[in-house]
Formats: sequence, C-alpha cells, structure tokens
Amino acid sequence: MNHAVWIRVRCDIRGAMLPASAVLALALAPGALRAQADCLACHGDASMTDASGHSIAVDGQKFSQSIHGSLQCTNCHADIKGYPHPDKIAPVECKTCHDDQASALAGSVHANSKEHPCTSCHGNAHEIFPKTDARSAVYPLNVPKTCGQCHSNDGMAAKHGLPSVYPNYIDSIHGFALSDEGLLVAANCQSCHGSHHILSHTNPLSPTYKTNIPKTCGNCHAKIEMEYDAGIHGEQIARGNLNAPVCTDCHTAHAILRPTEAAFRMQSTPICGSCHKEQLSTYRDTFHSQLGSLGGYVETARCWDCHGAHQVLPASDPNSPINKASLVQTCGKCHAGANESFVQYQPHADPRNRQLNPGLYFVRLFMNLLLIGVLTFFVIHTLLWLIRSRYAQIKNSPRRAANGGKDA
Amino acid sequence: MPDSELAEPKTGTAANGRYFVRFTRNQRYMHAVLFTTFLGLAATGLPMRFSESFWARKLAAGVGGFGAILFFHKFCAIVLTVAFLIHVKEVFQRGLFHREKGIFWGPTSMVAGWKDVKDLFGHMRWFLGLGPKPQFERYAYWEKFDYWAVFWGMVVIGFSGYAMWFAPFFARFLPGWALNAVLVIHSEEGLLAILFIFSIHFVNTHLRPDSFPMDMVIFTGVESEEEFKLKRPLEYRRMLSEGKAESRLGIAPPLWLLNFSKVVGYTAIFIGLALLVLTLTAYFH
Repeated sequence: MNHAVWIRVRCDIRGAMLPASAVLALALAPGALRAQADCLACHGDASMTDASGHSIAVDGQKFSQSIHGSLQCTNCHADIKGYPHPDKIAPVECKTCHDDQASALAGSVHANSKEHPCTSCHGNAHEIFPKTDARSAVYPLNVPKTCGQCHSNDGMAAKHGLPSVYPNYIDSIHGFALSDEGLLVAANCQSCHGSHHILSHTNPLSPTYKTNIPKTCGNCHAKIEMEYDAGIHGEQIARGNLNAPVCTDCHTAHAILRPTEAAFRMQSTPICGSCHKEQLSTYRDTFHSQLGSLGGYVETARCWDCHGAHQVLPASDPNSPINKASLVQTCGKCHAGANESFVQYQPHADPRNRQLNPGLYFVRLFMNLLLIGVLTFFVIHTLLWLIRSRYAQIKNSPRRAANGGKDA
Repeated sequence: MPDSELAEPKTGTAANGRYFVRFTRNQRYMHAVLFTTFLGLAATGLPMRFSESFWARKLAAGVGGFGAILFFHKFCAIVLTVAFLIHVKEVFQRGLFHREKGIFWGPTSMVAGWKDVKDLFGHMRWFLGLGPKPQFERYAYWEKFDYWAVFWGMVVIGFSGYAMWFAPFFARFLPGWALNAVLVIHSEEGLLAILFIFSIHFVNTHLRPDSFPMDMVIFTGVESEEEFKLKRPLEYRRMLSEGKAESRLGIAPPLWLLNFSKVVGYTAIFIGLALLVLTLTAYFH
C-alpha cells in the first residue's frame, strides 16, 4: 500500500476528505517530517479524530502564537520519527523540558491523577500561553475556573469525594475581587495552595497546614500577620498549640466574607464561642447578644469589637483593648459618653455566680422569687376561682331552676 | 325586638335598661394607651429576651429587622411613660390640689386596706366552699393588685429601661454592676408583667365565667345595673344610700361602640395569648 492510498483510507475512516492537493503533497513528501506544516496538513483539519473519536486536530494559528509555537511537533511528540506514524503514539512527557515542575508535581496531591497532570490545568497542550497571558488557563483571573473544573460539584468534586470549594471561593471576598473587580492581586487558588507542589493541609510542609496559614495569608496581609503574631493566638500557634485559631478558623478557608458585612458579623461569635464556651454563655445573657442575635442590627458588640480581632491579648496586657486603662476608649467606640463608671459594666457577668457577681446574683434571685411567687399564687387563686364561679353559675342558671336541674 | 336590646352586653341584661358609669372617658383612653403600648412593648421585647428562640428572628424580620424592633420598643416606652406621668399628675391633682375624697383612702381608693386582706381570705374560703362570697367595693383586691402591679412594674421596668437606653448618663450615679443588674431587672420584671397580664389579668377580668368572654366596661365605660349589683354590691348599695344613683347614670352603649370594642378587645386578647404561647415555648424549650 503506498502512502497516498493509506492516507485516503484514513480519511475515509474519518469520513472527511482532505483537499486533493494536500493528499498529493503528502504523497510526494519524503519520509521525514521537519516542519509544523507537514503535520498540520492533516492535523490542521479541525474535525480530525482518532479511531476512538478523540480530536487530534491542532489549531495551527493558535499553536504558533502559543508559548511553544517556535517548537517543532516532534520536539514533544518525540517518538514520531517520520511519516506515516503509528496510530498509537507515546504520551508527551512535559518533564523532558519542565523537570522542576514535574518533580514538584510528583510529590503533590495531584501526583496520582489519571488525567494528564499538565494539561488538566494548563489546558489544550497546543494552546499553552504564559501565565501572564490572559488566554492562559493559569492566568490569575482564570485559575479558580481551571481548578473549579474538578473542585466543584459541577466538576469532579462529588465524583471523587473532593470538597466542593469553588462555589465557596467564588462568592468570597477574594472571589469577588477576582471575578468582579478583576484584581490580579486578589488571592486565587494557587496564591495559598501553590501550583505544582500542592500538599494536603494535613502535611506540615503545606502552606495550608494549620501553623503555616498565618504566614500564607500574611503574604498579602502582612500587617495583620504581624498583629496576629503579637496576639495570644499567634503566640500559642508559634508554640505549637494546635487548638489556637489561625486565620481560617474565624474567616474560613474559602467562603471568606468581608468582616464588616452582616453575614460575617452574625456568624463570627459562635466561632469564638466554640472554644470560649463559658464566655459565649455569659455573652448570651447580655443586651449585646440579645440585640445582635436577631439579625438586621449588626452593630452591637461582637467578641472582636472589644477584644480586638487579630492582636487578641489578655486583659492584664497593657496593649489589650480590654485592659482597664483602655476600657473607656474601647467602650466609647460605640457608647458616646462612656466614662470610668460606665466601663464598670461587666460584659461577661454571670448572675448565677454568687462569688463573682454577688449584687447581680441577689437581684436575679429576688426577681425570680418575685416572678415565681406572684405567678404561683395567682395561678392557684385564679384556677380555684374559675372552678368556683362556673359551679355557682351552673347552680344558679335559670334553665336549671326551670326544669329542676335535671340536665344541668 | 328593639334595637336598644340588641346593643346590650352579654352579661347582666338590664331589665330596667339602666346603665351606670364605672370609668370616665379619660380612664378608658388611659387603658387603651396602656394596653396598646404594652402589647407593642411585649411584642418587641420578647424577641430580645428570647433572641435565641426559633421565632425571635422571624418576628424581628417581620417588623423590619432589629433596628425597627428597638425603635418600636422605645417609641411605645415613651408613649407609656407620658401616659404614666399624666396619670400620676391627675391622681395628685385630684387628691391633693382639688382635695377630692376617696383618692388615697376610703372605699373608692386604689390604696389597699384591711378590707382587701379580709376579702382575699374570704374569697379563697368561698373558692373552697367554706364561706360566703365576699361583697366587693368599687375596686376589689385583685383589681388593686393589678393596678399596683402595673404601677410598680412601670416604675421598675421604665427606670431599668431608661438606664440601659442612657447608660453612660445613668453610670454617673449608679455603680458599675447596676448596669448589669438593670437588664436582669428589666427582662425579669417584663416577663412577669407579660405572663401576669396575658394569663392572670385576662382570666380574672375578662375570661372568668362572670365576664366571659370579655368585660366590656373598660371600653364602654358603663355597665348594666344587674352586673353592677352582682359584681360590686357594696358600692351599689353605698351609691343608693348616698343618693348618687342619678348622677352616675349613663347611657346604654351604642352598637357601633360595642362592636368596635369587641374587635379591639378580642384582637388585644388574641395577640396577648399568642405572645404568651411564644413566651412559654421559649421559656420551657
């Protein structure tokens, strides 16, 4: 079988006819392929598929613009030595050139991916652009969508048991900055997770491992990281106390909200309370909480309004906003006219604790006894009265008197 | 059947058609202001008191979020405060300035006397079938209790409420822990008022068999001679013996007033009972 006949057969299998001139040119061509044009003579046909129906077409124009546009096809498809080439060809090994990335990938969570590890993220192998090019799948504005192909339930998250983080991210303050405002500096997936060497958050080397998170977020939020490190939570994390919260414990990892917005102010207090249970319970007794729990009125003091958000310090520390010396100023943020006497108010008073809050304890005791006493007396009094008056009413009813009380 | 008979209240049909005035127009208005603001205060205060309960947020959202709830609460508080001050002014004006008799003592006074203690025990003996039913004067002991409970309640709840509202000002002459205490006082006393009014007052005054389903006298101001005689025989006899029956005669309440009063009264009782149920679900949840 000569070349021309073979090509004709292939074309027939595909059900598409190449222009006669192309067939002729290939038929006359020598065995070695040297230029992109040679390959594109066949693979330039957008409808070209292999025997199993996968596209094997290459957009020559896009390829020539791509970062690999100056390469020859055989630089990557190294097992193709000439034409015709076998039906089955070896997968392209990107690591031939990109060794660093390949070895980084090899140790990452994506190492065992069944998909081609490079093209899943970088997109069509023949249309790869530098990450600074808006056409690149890993251009900052495109990264979330690229990762979201797998890490959302619309993608493969449900199928592979991965958390569906894309929707959380895209509605977050970072996602909003990126997708709506187009801020290149807004954190995208790889800002926190890295790119090729992505590790599980349970791996101490991962930038998303608990103790590394402040530094990871601090890459952008430098001042807040400094404050956090100076606070008691940062200090505990530095000592290796994994119970202390890091950025993501309060702000969450992906669904990060603007801290001033109502939804965040509504959800934040229970987060602090998940560790500081007693403080949450006493806070619940206060007007701050009663007002604040109802929604729509979010200005009432939440934990960090008084304690500070990042540089949380014990009251004994002179730098703490709840240090005695700072209370007038701290309370004064909301309560205009707050004075030395006003700040004697205890935002975590426990009226059930006689030792700590004797005045409050006895006030509550008195009020409860009054409430129980009055209600108990009158409930009994009024029930007896009801029964007695109903009895008197029936006994004295005209109907009963008329018929001698037979049907009373 | 003549129209005038249709217009008569359910209880105590007036055989001779005579009606006597029990409450003046001002007193009825005062009660109307009292119960509307009280319902408003209860409806907006309960979601705060039980802010963690399942209905609190819905109720808050229903009136336009928490800012609105606090606004209504304070608005009702101011109206009620003004009504309270007007009442106190009137009491002292009548009792001290005009030297009107029977304001601070005597059979027509709201101030409790020895007879009230005897009536309380006598009434309870009657409940148990151990004695005759006491004969009541103008204000029976439970009515005096209602009055003073509301009086004390308004002073306590009002003071503690304003102390929270203007905390930095009150902090000038209150100790620090008092700022904690005022919330406890305000919410416990408010809760007592709500539970008392929506259960005990409703039953004692409106829902008990002698008045069921509602005692209209606080709305119409008048009651039939029969009802008067039955409920407050001492006052009735005193009125006759003092020869004041003529001066206390009123006119039969017009149908529109009765119907209007029923709508308003039943609405108030319905709201009150609904709030009582919500309170109980939250309290015993």
